[in-house]
Amino acid sequence: MFAHNGIIILLTLLLALIATIIPMPLSVDAFRPDWVLVVLIYWCLALPSRVNVITAWILGFILDVLLGSILGVHAAALAISVFIIAENFQKIRNFSIWQQSIIVGVVAALYHLIVFWMQRFLTDVVFLPSYLYPVITTIILWPWALLLLRKIRRHFKIK
Amino acid sequence: MSSTFKHGPSSQHRLLLVLFLSVLLIFFDHHLSSFETTRGYLQSFVSPLQYLATAPKRMMIWTTENLTSRKDLIKQNQDYKINELLLKEQLMHLSDLERENNRLRSLLSSPLRKETKKMVAEVIAVDSDPYTHQIVINRGANDGVYEGQAVLDDQGIVGQIQHVGTISSRVILITDVTHAVPVRVSRNGIRMVATGTGQIDKLVNNFVPHSTDIKAGDLLVTSGLGGKYPEGYPVSTIFRVNQDESRAFAQVLSTPIAKIDRLRYLLLLWPSTHTDDNPLSFEAAIEHSQKSKSTIKEGKE
Repeated sequence: MFAHNGIIILLTLLLALIATIIPMPLSVDAFRPDWVLVVLIYWCLALPSRVNVITAWILGFILDVLLGSILGVHAAALAISVFIIAENFQKIRNFSIWQQSIIVGVVAALYHLIVFWMQRFLTDVVFLPSYLYPVITTIILWPWALLLLRKIRRHFKIK
Repeated sequence: MSSTFKHGPSSQHRLLLVLFLSVLLIFFDHHLSSFETTRGYLQSFVSPLQYLATAPKRMMIWTTENLTSRKDLIKQNQDYKINELLLKEQLMHLSDLERENNRLRSLLSSPLRKETKKMVAEVIAVDSDPYTHQIVINRGANDGVYEGQAVLDDQGIVGQIQHVGTISSRVILITDVTHAVPVRVSRNGIRMVATGTGQIDKLVNNFVPHSTDIKAGDLLVTSGLGGKYPEGYPVSTIFRVNQDESRAFAQVLSTPIAKIDRLRYLLLLWPSTHTDDNPLSFEAAIEHSQKSKSTIKEGKE
């Protein structure tokens, strides 16, 4: 994990975790993009041998502890979402940046729905359309995240 | 290129493994209460991350506090002095009433109400997860916080402690869907249960018969039943009573009195039976809270 500047991968993931829990005004909070998912998808596309389903699950587990949800909910949702990317990484890599955005959006929607379904199964939450607002911001975030993370990967020669 | 050929177990096997782990974790966390201590350890493990995430906000608060003008400070100080005068007057009145109440209670040979120990805590993180309403405060097992402890702000009940870490703990708010407070109507003492709805401004009171004497504007206070919350603290005000006879029960909705969406300083309460030594008197409690407030201030500077 730490060879070839692998620590940078960990740092970006850690920053994504912090961005997920940083306090925001209530009105903006509903639109918070899925930072962890976006960063995980990037590394999974770029270096599928280093960032995989297990990494996603561990990140999801930490997210569960940070968000106070039932342990394993976000972990499972992140693992399934990243699994879809990991299975198709060679195809997705060759798509244009906008097509990638749409795929990331679909995966993010699936991620939120999986979390909702599990919460629905465990407690009595009701569906609100606002639960899917982050998908919009995640689609907008993807191109910028891709360019930035690609720059980081090339600069630090992470292999 | 190493990424063209896969190493180790295939993705499917990994996914199966982690899904199995998730199901196990969900089962243990949701159905076994003994998992709470593990949650406590995990909470203390991630608290540095939470402190890091709130650092920019705390820095902003610090700068605004340090950049206030002299004029503002003087005005604020005057306001506080006036406020203190008014509160002190009320306190004098209150202590007289308390003595009188205790005298009457002893005449009726009912148990006296004991003073409770109090501590001021600061909110360090708020959850961004829309499914749960929780906050993290800067007090933990080191300060004697325990699971199920009542948490208040300056207006009313906020929630109770859910997981205790070493230096931070997690508070579940009264608006969370999995939370309910035993309450009574302060006007006539009718007992009810106020359940969270997952919306920040709404609590619902289930199983209220149609014939109940209850109307919009009624104040709900904790009833002290259930043993979690001390008696008599305000919880919510009723804003709608829908007595539709086609339903089995009346629909009663209330809004929390505590400002759930703008919490900063909170008060932790210890019931008098929980403290082993003699409980603090009211003045001592105020002193104690002032001391802990000053430690917060010191921590910031």
